Amino acid sequence: MTPGMAPVATPFFFYLLSGLAVIGGVLVITRRNAVHSALALIVTLLAVSGLYLMLYAPFVAGVQIIVYAGGIMVLFLFVIMLVNLERTVKERQFNRIWPIGVVAAVALLGLFVSVYVKGKNLFPEPRLPLAEANNTQEIGVMLYGNYMFAFEIASLLLLVAILGAVIMAKKRI
Amino acid sequence: MLTSFMSYLGSQFSPGVAGNQLWALIYILIIFTGVSVAVIAMNWIERKALAHFQVRLGPMRVGPHGLLQPIADALKLLLKEDIIPAEADQFVFWVAPLIGLLAAFTVYTVVPFGPSQAVSDMNIGILFMLGVSSLGVLGIVMAGWASNSHYPLIGALRSSAQMVSYEVAMGLAVVSAILMTSLNETGTGTLSMIGIVQAQQQQGIWFIFKFFPLGLIAFVIFAIAMVAETNRAPFDLAEAESELTAGFHTEYSGLRWSLFMLAEYAAMIAVSSIAVTLWLGGWLHPFPNRLNAPAWEFTFSLFPALTFGGLAAIAFVGVKRMPADSFFKIQRAGLAVFAALLGLLALLLLVIAIAGRNADTSIAARFREGIDYVFWFVLKVAVFMYMFIWYRATWPRYRFDQLMKVGWKVMLPISLGVLIVTAIVGVLVK
Repeated sequence: MTPGMAPVATPFFFYLLSGLAVIGGVLVITRRNAVHSALALIVTLLAVSGLYLMLYAPFVAGVQIIVYAGGIMVLFLFVIMLVNLERTVKERQFNRIWPIGVVAAVALLGLFVSVYVKGKNLFPEPRLPLAEANNTQEIGVMLYGNYMFAFEIASLLLLVAILGAVIMAKKRI
Repeated sequence: MLTSFMSYLGSQFSPGVAGNQLWALIYILIIFTGVSVAVIAMNWIERKALAHFQVRLGPMRVGPHGLLQPIADALKLLLKEDIIPAEADQFVFWVAPLIGLLAAFTVYTVVPFGPSQAVSDMNIGILFMLGVSSLGVLGIVMAGWASNSHYPLIGALRSSAQMVSYEVAMGLAVVSAILMTSLNETGTGTLSMIGIVQAQQQQGIWFIFKFFPLGLIAFVIFAIAMVAETNRAPFDLAEAESELTAGFHTEYSGLRWSLFMLAEYAAMIAVSSIAVTLWLGGWLHPFPNRLNAPAWEFTFSLFPALTFGGLAAIAFVGVKRMPADSFFKIQRAGLAVFAALLGLLALLLLVIAIAGRNADTSIAARFREGIDYVFWFVLKVAVFMYMFIWYRATWPRYRFDQLMKVGWKVMLPISLGVLIVTAIVGVLVK
């Protein structure tokens, strides 16, 4: 149908986007100001959505932007309304559970390294055909066809969560 | 370089799809310039139209009928002192207008000015447009928060609540239009902006008239929600000057403030082009299925020339009506030159339309078609832009609780109902 566009400078964009994601992630946990952390989170999430695009998954990338743009907005509001910024800036940021954090980080690193070393045997070799041109349509068929039941269960769960939030927040309905 | 430049001519795909980066860059530059010029023109038209609505004259001194006023304004803003409040969050204050501007201009990547007159065609086109344009509110909230001042913060909070509320109704209205694209033989719809217009062409109807009045209701919901999304009157609570001085950009001045204005108008054009693409047949001229004989095609191709000819005639009448006093000599001459330029443009378009009528090379024919497509798309968007001014002149501002009430208790149920009924009718018709 349409002539496919050959990927351009793939390694460059991969390293750029993953670098941005990592830098954003580090800034999220090191910034003392919670608003700055939220902004760094946006950078990370947008970089990840760029990585989805590079994996020929445009639908997931688009949904990532839409969902997290709204999510960050709400996070922003929480930070402005609930967090006392002037006090948090002065407070000590890392408490005494940091050894556990280090252990968890080392374990995760070990997992990544082991996947990197023998990743070839872990994943099935014949990859699925990349359906970029009709990616969204394929996802739609899957969600509303093969996985209809699971999808509906998930949406019911979300509906119950919304109702619960409304009932808890509002005394008189 | 030259081969890649020439190889694209005559192609029937947008440069992004054809993989031609050089032409993609050219298209980006053209669109960027075009949108910026449109924003300048819109600035002038808004001031003049609002003035005439209120029985005033509006800008009259800088250039004939104030035509050079936007340029003078831009110069003033460039030269103005750029103030960052001492207690403001410097970095966030600096980056906020840029985020708004980036979000407003990035969406033009997928705006379909014609079947191949777009920077690129994405499989997720409309999703991309909605997602990226919703990033624009981040700029507003960041600006309001970083100013470290009461009025901007209140403006930003109002703006974010408003955006989150109206995005829901807007999204549901968009979904009901996308649902209509799937009513074909294969039963698969599309999110691609170009694909949506082509679906309207195939089904032989603009989606605003489809399943009357369902398409019309969804369109009206979107048309209301898009005014709220762009923070324009009567939904401009984020910058309600009677309550919040200037809302979220109270502390901004000079160039930074003008970036906010540029972003706002660019976002207005972007959401209008979503509405045009989804419901008003994008680049298609009226009745594309009935009136598609060669004679009709030729008649429609004369419209760009006629439009500019009409504008030139209006400008000439303006020259005639200028006072005969020698004080107005320069202004009269300037307006005459402007009218002559418009007339020349009309003449050029006329020549292209007539010469391209029986052009045998595909490149010439494609060029003439391209002018038609872009003209009809821009004309439809221009109607929306005029509506924005009209709303602002006509309706008083909502109160905030009324705004929320309309968003959640009126717009959301209606758009949900329209979506469900559209789905049912779609299944029944099939």
